Amino acid sequence: MAGILIYSDKTPYALELVTAGQIVAKDLGLPLQAVSINDADQAVELGKRVEVYKIANDDINLADTAAVASALKQTAEQVSANIILLSSNRRGKEVAGRLAQSLQAGCLSDVNSFTINSGKIECSRNALGGATVAVQQIETANQVIAIMPKAFEKAPEGSGSLHELTVEVRPRIKVLEVKPKAGDSVDIEAADILVAVGQGLENQGDLAKVEAIAKALGGEVACSKPIATDKKWLSEERIIGLSGKKCKPSLAIVMGISGQVQFTVGIRDAKTIVAVNNDENADIMRMADYIMVADLEDVLPELIQALS
Amino acid sequence: MNIVVAMKQIPDLQQVRIRNRQPVFEDVPYTLGNIDKNALEAGVALKEALDAKLIVVSAGNEELEDTIKEALAAGADEAYLVIDDSLDNIASDTSATLIAAAIKKIDDVGIILFGEGSGDNYSGQVASRVAEILELPEVGYAKEIELNGQSLRVTRSLEESEELVEVELPTVITVVSEINEARIPAVTQILKAGKKPKEVVSPHELEIAIGSVQVTTLSNLAPETDRKQIVVKSVDELVKALTTEGLIGR
Ligand SMILES: Cc1cc2nc3c(=O)[nH]c(=O)nc-3n(C[C@H](O)[C@H](O)[C@H](O)COP(=O)(O)OP(=O)(O)OC[C@H]3O[C@@H](n4cnc5c(N)ncnc54)[C@H](O)[C@@H]3O)c2cc1C
Ligand SMILES: Nc1ncnc2c1ncn2[C@@H]1O[C@H](COP(=O)(O)O)[C@@H](O)[C@H]1O
Repeated sequence: MAGILIYSDKTPYALELVTAGQIVAKDLGLPLQAVSINDADQAVELGKRVEVYKIANDDINLADTAAVASALKQTAEQVSANIILLSSNRRGKEVAGRLAQSLQAGCLSDVNSFTINSGKIECSRNALGGATVAVQQIETANQVIAIMPKAFEKAPEGSGSLHELTVEVRPRIKVLEVKPKAGDSVDIEAADILVAVGQGLENQGDLAKVEAIAKALGGEVACSKPIATDKKWLSEERIIGLSGKKCKPSLAIVMGISGQVQFTVGIRDAKTIVAVNNDENADIMRMADYIMVADLEDVLPELIQALS
Repeated sequence: MNIVVAMKQIPDLQQVRIRNRQPVFEDVPYTLGNIDKNALEAGVALKEALDAKLIVVSAGNEELEDTIKEALAAGADEAYLVIDDSLDNIASDTSATLIAAAIKKIDDVGIILFGEGSGDNYSGQVASRVAEILELPEVGYAKEIELNGQSLRVTRSLEESEELVEVELPTVITVVSEINEARIPAVTQILKAGKKPKEVVSPHELEIAIGSVQVTTLSNLAPETDRKQIVVKSVDELVKALTTEGLIGR
C-alpha cells in the first residue's frame, strides 16, 4: 500500500498541497490523490488537478477533529495511501497528530520546505521557538506531514477526476456558533515594506503615527504578538513570527520590539532590517542592518516629518 | 473530579545561545513551556468552579522533579511524573504514549488540558495523539472555557474565525496564550510547593516500552545571518541611508 493523499479544509491550501504532492509523487513514483470533506466546490477545484475523492457526510463537522481524522484514515485505507499531506493551519495541525496516532505514523508539522533524498522526504521546520531550523525525516511507513500555508504555489489546472467515497464516523462535538474574526484583510506577507511595532509603543494613540509612517512609505503596519493578542490594538492578521506570519519584505522597520526568536523567525528573511529600540542590548539589534538606539516617543514624529 | 494539565519541561529558550550556528544548552536551566502555564491557569479556574483536584502530568528527565515545583506553586495540587534519563529531548509520540498511560492511572479524569504547542518543539501533536489513544473528543485552540452543567462550552480561536462548541466530559482541550494571564509564583511559594504530593514513575512501571524512532533529525542549525549592523544616530541619517539604498522614496 503506497500513495500520497492530500487534504485541507481550506481550498487555497489544498491547491498548494497539490503542488507539494506532485513533487513527492514524481520523486517517489507514487500516485497522488486528494480528498475533500463536505465541500463540493473544493472537490470540483481539486478534480481539475488530481484524482479527488469527495466525501459528503453530515456526521462530520470540521470542528470535530476525531471525526475528520477518522474520515481521513478510512480514506487513506480505501485509496491505499501511506503519505498524507495536510495544511499546517490550526485545524490541519490538530488533525495531523490524531491521524498520525491512529495510523501509527510519524508526523511533522509546520513544514516550510522539503527535499527528497534516497526516497526520504527531508522536511525543514523551525525548532527551539524559531532559533533553529531542523531538518527531519519520518522513518515509519505511514507518514503525516503538515505543510505551512503559502510554502508552495497553488497548482494550476491540469487533468484530474472526481469520485465519491463513503466513510462512517461518530460525531462528538456540537458547534453552536461561528463568528468571523474582526475583518482585517491585510496581507502583511505580500507587503514590500513593513513597519512593525511592539510593546515599546506605550500609548495606543501613537498607532496613528505608526500608520502614518507606513502610509508614507507605501507599506503595511505589522506587530509583535502581544500587541494583537494581549493589548488587542491591532488584528492578529498583523502578527509577525512563529504563530503569526513569515514575511520577506525588502524593508522592515522594527520598532520597540525586543527580538525574541518567536518574533524574529517571522522577519529574518527580510532583505533589510532597521531596528529602533531604547535598549542598545535588545536582541533585535543583533539582527539589524541599521541600528538606532532611541525612544519611540521621539522617533515617531521625527520619522513622519522626515518622510513627508 | 480530577482535572489533568500536561506541562512540558523545556530548556529556557531565552538562555540558549547560538555558537557556530549550533544551539548551546550547557548551563541552560529547565523551565515549563509558556503556553503550558496558560493551560495550568485555565485548570486552576476550572478546579475552583468544579471543586475538583488539579493534577499536573509530565514526562521528562530527572530534572523534572525540580522543574515541576513551579506548577505546584502556581496552583496544581499534585504531580504525576514519568521520569527517566532517556526522556531528554523526547519525541512527540513518546510523550503522548507516556502521558496517556499516566492519565489512565488517575481516576475520574474529566478535563485534560494542554498548551496549543510546546515551547521548544511547538508541533501541536501531543494533545491530539493523547486524545486518540484515550479515544476522547478534543477541542483545540481554546480562548475561553465555560462550564455548562456536565458539558463545557469552549470558544476556539482559528485563523479567520471563532467557533463556540459544546463538548461532553471527559475531553481533551488545548489552550492559546490569550486565554488568561498565567500567574508567576514567588520563589518562596516554589520552595514550599516541594511538599505537595508527587508520584514519580518510570516508563517501565507504566509498562510502556519506548517504541522505535518515528522521526530522525538530520540537522538543527540556526539560519545564517549576515547583517550590516550600521549604527545610525538620527532619523535623518537613517532616512538618507535607506534612500541611498533605494529602499524608500522610490
Ligand atoms: C510558542 C510561542 C509562540 C510565539 N509566537 C510569537 C509570534 O508569532 N510573534 C511574536 O511577536 N511573539 C511570539 N511569541 C512571544 C514572544 O516570545 C515575545 O514575548 C514577544 O515577541 C515580545 O513582544 P515585544 O518584543 O513587542 O515585547 P517586549 O519583549 O516587551 O519588548 C519590548 C521592547 O521595546 C523596547 N522599548 C520599550 N520602551 C521603548 C521606547 N519608549 N522606545 C523604544 N523602544 C522601547 C524594549 O527595550 C524592548 O526591547 C510567542 C511565544 C511563544 C511561547
Ligand atoms: N513531555 C511532555 N510532558 C508533559 N506534557 C507535554 C510533553 N510534551 C508535550 N506536552 C504537552 O503537549 C502540548 C503540545 O506539545 P507539542 O505537540 O510538542 O507542541 C504542550 O503544550 C504540553 O501541554
